[in-house]
Amino acid sequence: MRLELRGITKRFGTFVANDAIDLVVESGQIHCILGENGAGKSTLMNCLYGLYRAEEGEILLDGVPQRFAGPGDAMAAGIGMVHQHFMLVPVFTVAENVMLGNENTLGGGLLDMAAARTRVTEIGDQLGFHVDPDTRIEDLPVGVQQRVEIIKVLSRDAQVLVFDEPTSVLTPQETDELMAILKQLRNEGKAIIFISHKLREVRELADKITVIRRGKVVGEALPTSTNAELASMMVGRDVILTVTKDAPKITSNRLEVTDLVVTADDGAVLVDKVSFTVKGGEVLCVAGVDGNGQSELANALLGLEGQVTGSIVLNGAELTGKNPRKMLDAGIGFIPADRNEDGLVGSFTIAENLMLNRSNGLPFAKGGVLQLGFRDQFAAEKIVEYDVRTEGINQEVSRLSGGNAQKVIVAREMSKDLSLLVAAQPTRGVDVGSIEFIHKRIIEERDAGIPVIVVSTELDEVVGLADRIMVMYRGAAVGIVPADTPRDILGLMMAGIAPENQEGAPA
Amino acid sequence: MSDALTPTPPVEPPPPTEQDGVADELAEASAFDEALNLGAAEPEVTPEAEEDNRWREAAREILSGRLAVAFGAVILAFLVGSLLIVFTNSNVQAAMGGDGNFFSAAGSAIIDAYDALIRGSIWNWQGRNFNAQILPLTRTLRHATPLIAAGLGVAVTFKAGLFNIGGRGQMIFGAIGSGWLAFGLRDAGIPFPLHLLICIIGGMLAGALWGALAGFLKAKTGAHEVIVTIMLNFVAYHLLQYLLATPGLMQDPARFDPITPPIPGSARLPALYSDLNWGFVISLLLVAACWWLLNRSTAGFAFRAVGENPRAAKVAGINVARTTVIVFAVSGALIGFAGAHQVLDPASPGGFGDTIDGGIGFDAITVALLGGSSPVGVLFAGILFGAFRAGGVPMQAQVGVPAEIATIIQILIVMFIAAPPLVRAIFRLPQPSQAAKAKKDARKTQKTITKAARLTAKNNEEVVSE
Repeated sequence: MRLELRGITKRFGTFVANDAIDLVVESGQIHCILGENGAGKSTLMNCLYGLYRAEEGEILLDGVPQRFAGPGDAMAAGIGMVHQHFMLVPVFTVAENVMLGNENTLGGGLLDMAAARTRVTEIGDQLGFHVDPDTRIEDLPVGVQQRVEIIKVLSRDAQVLVFDEPTSVLTPQETDELMAILKQLRNEGKAIIFISHKLREVRELADKITVIRRGKVVGEALPTSTNAELASMMVGRDVILTVTKDAPKITSNRLEVTDLVVTADDGAVLVDKVSFTVKGGEVLCVAGVDGNGQSELANALLGLEGQVTGSIVLNGAELTGKNPRKMLDAGIGFIPADRNEDGLVGSFTIAENLMLNRSNGLPFAKGGVLQLGFRDQFAAEKIVEYDVRTEGINQEVSRLSGGNAQKVIVAREMSKDLSLLVAAQPTRGVDVGSIEFIHKRIIEERDAGIPVIVVSTELDEVVGLADRIMVMYRGAAVGIVPADTPRDILGLMMAGIAPENQEGAPA
Repeated sequence: MSDALTPTPPVEPPPPTEQDGVADELAEASAFDEALNLGAAEPEVTPEAEEDNRWREAAREILSGRLAVAFGAVILAFLVGSLLIVFTNSNVQAAMGGDGNFFSAAGSAIIDAYDALIRGSIWNWQGRNFNAQILPLTRTLRHATPLIAAGLGVAVTFKAGLFNIGGRGQMIFGAIGSGWLAFGLRDAGIPFPLHLLICIIGGMLAGALWGALAGFLKAKTGAHEVIVTIMLNFVAYHLLQYLLATPGLMQDPARFDPITPPIPGSARLPALYSDLNWGFVISLLLVAACWWLLNRSTAGFAFRAVGENPRAAKVAGINVARTTVIVFAVSGALIGFAGAHQVLDPASPGGFGDTIDGGIGFDAITVALLGGSSPVGVLFAGILFGAFRAGGVPMQAQVGVPAEIATIIQILIVMFIAAPPLVRAIFRLPQPSQAAKAKKDARKTQKTITKAARLTAKNNEEVVSE
């Protein structure tokens, strides 16, 4: 099936999200759409999927113009979409989810569960993996949930498959497996649209690359293009992809963590006897596949976890068991992994969010009274200094793009005297331009001589920022290795295999 | 996007338009705007055009804001109320049976009913003198006083993301506290304003205590505050009944029915004008105090942060459990004042019985909803509901319209308020525009930045000159 978009234009008020976009996707091809956050990729796909109606332009399938009033029409026409956030019912089984909205019934309105189970197994076998049709979604790992989404789309005979940022939730291994599946689907003659801002994946997968910037197609690129070429097309100027930093200048500051154990309410051990030291002037990166205790470790450093044993000593002061207020007052800067849930109050303005954790005293409050004049002047200075792209200090942060929202947090945490910086996933869901900026700021803090901990699941980021790398697996530290450790060794460490046990690895 | 990384010199304002940041957010937010086909291009070229746009924006903001929706909801509720009046009117029923003209009967039924409602709540033009004419308004404001105070109490919890359904219990505690101090200290010889003050503060403290208990149970045990406050209503009510039925506690020793001794004059709120007493002035002060608390104090900042995103509040070092207790204490104190007002109101002489809360604890929830949880909104919503309370009874007494219709109109108002899209659709009001608000923000920020830039420049000059 040949999909053609002609002159798609989508406006929101005076803002043009898609400006006369042309796109041709052939069957048997993986067509990557590359662009920064906010470039208009998702809007374009929502137009294709019938969620938005474009003001101008048309959608053609095999040369026939289509009109989609909603996703139902798009699905019926053979377009399937795997969303970034899965559209699955957690308490339903795999088979139930696959049949949902497309149920086969036996007589008397009974659901034909057997047929659904067979369908799941068939499609799974075809793609070379097995998913138990009777497992409930909530019991499955994220990577497998995504496969269920793929099965769901295929079970409706979709010929054009759209993947919207599919790798953002996956481990490196799961990403590789997904890529294999995508290539197989291509070889079976499906047309695949793969949306991403990750250059490495796009280069590996694509048969054809279309780059979108500010709602316009800025050009097509070959899969053989270099990262730097793609990045500069995407951003519109040259981008420095590697983090430039000097050798660490170690100061006398120290964070010492000894035998830290974090236990969940149900008794599960989330962080298992982790010990490490971070010296002032160096960055310790905590790497690992998401969900192996890194977030809990970071949270424990701010006093957010309930049951913590062991000791956390910062510059000689014992901090174990202190509440977040005391931790913040001790000079800890904290960038939480989930910025919308933990870092920002969405309905508050930028100015209010910039003082969120400093409302307890001077200079933002005096005798229980907010100092609004100071707050507004502070905010006005910070949005310039940290290059927050906004319409004003009174804009609600929920209306900012991911990168700009993250810059608000970075501005808040870095504009006070720090004795320790803990940054969890500092660039997750952030566009390339902002990543560069945030990385530079983190290195500036390191060079100011404080200990810095960066928790990240992005290996590129870990390798770029770290002076040393600690890899976590199932709550425990697999090892602490230098930043120049080869990636395959790090990869195996992320699977729980310590370097000394890896065969053929340099000792 | 192109200069996303070039560190901008600190004094240079950021580009005011064409921001990529807004892109994806607008993409999500404006699906509805788009559906209504709004937001045509607004090129700002000439200063005149700019001025013109500003007026249009202002008009649009008023029309699309909550105020317009609230106003529309009130009108709709009265329209539906008219239907109910028509069909419950005996003349109209007779007319439908062929006995007279349906339309004239219906018209006069509606006019009579709303005429009585207005004469009972705002202005009685049939009154013999000014005092008689203004009397309904003073009654409205008197009824509004406890509604405003209790509505503020509920609104404070709404702002903190909590639901206080315990208005009844907290009012009863306010009444118990102030009542006990009023007749308990009758013979202590405390002079008038001081005794009154003690009673008001005692009532607010008692309400605060009962509110804080709910907050404490939620913070400590994780029990849901809706369940807890509803249950505490029953506890308070039955406690009051016990106190009223037990000689030596709160029952008037001179009587056999469950009623307290009369409230002495030294503890009564002094009359302000006609039926109105100084309690209304206190409720106005409470409105101002609440506004200040929520918008200008660090405590209010914590309340709102916890209300909007408790997780982020916790990460920001705000003690969520403690904030919950404080919010409920503040809420209980405000509602406690409503209870104290009912006890100390000079227009209801004698002691009080177990109906002292008079349904105000629950009406407070609707008042807070109608007022959009903002103190000023609660003030107007409280006055409106006070008018219904004052005007409903005369409506029944004079023209035979069931007083329940006044209650139904109140309920309809809240239902329509809860469905802004419906009201907007009926009155063809514009959708609130994100772009308009953003533009206003942009102008404000531009000013602040210019100011900051000037300050920085001045500082630099000083440094140079030194």
